[in-house]
Amino acid sequence: MITLDFVYLLAGLVFAAWAVLSAMDAANPRRWINAGFWGLLAFSFTFGDRLTDFANGLLVIALVILGGIGLGQGQPKTTTPTERAASAERLGAKLFIPALIIPVTALLGTLVLAKIEIGGTPLFDPDDPTLIALGLGVLLAVGVGMALIRPPLMAPVQEGRRLMDAVGWAAILPQMLAALGAVFALAGVGEVVGGLVADTIPMNGPLIGVVTYCLGMALFTIIMGNAFAAFPVMTAAIALPFLIGQFEGDVAIVCAIGMLAGFCGTLMTPMAANFNVVPANLLELPDRNRMLNGVIRAQIPTALIMLVANMALMYFLAF
Amino acid sequence: MLVLLGIAVVVVGFLARINPLVVILTAAIVTGLTGGLGAVETISAFGGAFNDNRYISIVWLVLPVIGLLERAGLQEQARRLISSVRGATTGRLLLAYFFARQVTAALGQTKLGGHPQMVRPLIAPMAEAAAETRHGPIPDATRFRIRSHAAAADNIGLFFGEDIFIAIASILLIKGFLEQNGIIVQPLELSVWAIPTAIVALLVHGTRLVLFDRRIAREVAAGEGDASARSTTSSGAGE
Repeated sequence: MITLDFVYLLAGLVFAAWAVLSAMDAANPRRWINAGFWGLLAFSFTFGDRLTDFANGLLVIALVILGGIGLGQGQPKTTTPTERAASAERLGAKLFIPALIIPVTALLGTLVLAKIEIGGTPLFDPDDPTLIALGLGVLLAVGVGMALIRPPLMAPVQEGRRLMDAVGWAAILPQMLAALGAVFALAGVGEVVGGLVADTIPMNGPLIGVVTYCLGMALFTIIMGNAFAAFPVMTAAIALPFLIGQFEGDVAIVCAIGMLAGFCGTLMTPMAANFNVVPANLLELPDRNRMLNGVIRAQIPTALIMLVANMALMYFLAF
Repeated sequence: MLVLLGIAVVVVGFLARINPLVVILTAAIVTGLTGGLGAVETISAFGGAFNDNRYISIVWLVLPVIGLLERAGLQEQARRLISSVRGATTGRLLLAYFFARQVTAALGQTKLGGHPQMVRPLIAPMAEAAAETRHGPIPDATRFRIRSHAAAADNIGLFFGEDIFIAIASILLIKGFLEQNGIIVQPLELSVWAIPTAIVALLVHGTRLVLFDRRIAREVAAGEGDASARSTTSSGAGE
């Protein structure tokens, strides 16, 4: 059976290759910091499960120290704009094929490969068919791309390093935020926030309840970076006792739209790093390190209108 | 109450523009200590959760593929493709992508988009090229605004599409939470109520994207007199 461990091993190998190539990149004045950072991540992917939780914690502290000092930008040799234009002319639409292999494999993986069994054991670990298919799709796409383009052997790893260095320390930001969410949950932050909101706002009608619930979902999502963390807290504190219990709103409508009100918060916060910070780095926006980068600013108007729209929809549909 | 200090650390840290990795680790330690966990226990909890969430970072595996294709001119090809489509504008292109993202996400196919896989190599360069085909060289500020909108279309389309699918994580989370509280609902009962919001999102963001074309035209016209604000090369996201 192919499990997630194989994908983690693959990721470990790729990060290890980036660490070694970073160390050899004399054009990067901070090459040793890059090498250390990607090397620690390689170690985490390869051996993370064999370490104790405390050792993993120390590994994260080391990553944070290196990331805090700051990574440099590696300078792997790549093609010039003229060469790229010529290559695009020559290969044409064929260039899209490897790019499409990854989503198509992920799609087939979940729909078809996940259902294949060999001698009673499933081919893919049924818990994570999509991620395993993603790993498989990457291998397939690199193979097809190499056959099509015929670049130097190290080109995929070196070009990948060019993009990874553009993302830099932000690469582990989503994972760090998920871990912070776990500590918040363990320390009971959610219950305290929920109790605070329920105690301070007078719930004297469905309208004030709807506004408080939706606003609470959005604000707590802005803080946590994730509507999934806000939902149990706000729903237990406001929606269940007041909107559904006292004012007899429709439970399915209140909860479904409440979650979507939380998503409005996701669009406005740098804490939702994989949606809002990672693309700013990938697209090399000049304001990528600001709290409200270009991506978030582009989203705020829609997010605010949608927040009000969700309040209106919940109020008129559920009551 | 003291346990909320961790949240204060996050807010202050972000405002003071301290490296977010440092801010998050500090917030976790403050929260753990004020929440009654010991130092070792806090570091262990954080390390364990970091390890359990490695799957989030699996997405970086696509970078070798994207980098390889960029080396061979993928962005240039995306530009060539869009320049050959008559009537293509930045706003219309992003609207088409936004709608496709919403519909595929509603069918459960959330992995068909994404920033490393689609936005950086294809959507952002196409959106820039559509503006350049129409207006010639565009100011840098406009170029970065177009890129930001390409990422925004991906996020907003995903968020207000995926909940229509019955087996998406957020719907299952709602169902599970309600079950724990003794309320049984079927996923379909929840997901159908994501449809009104999805329609409003299409109207709201669709309108903004249509208006975005006018804004680009205005910004290009304003930048015309100021040569220093203009970028003369059509450099892609890779430069």
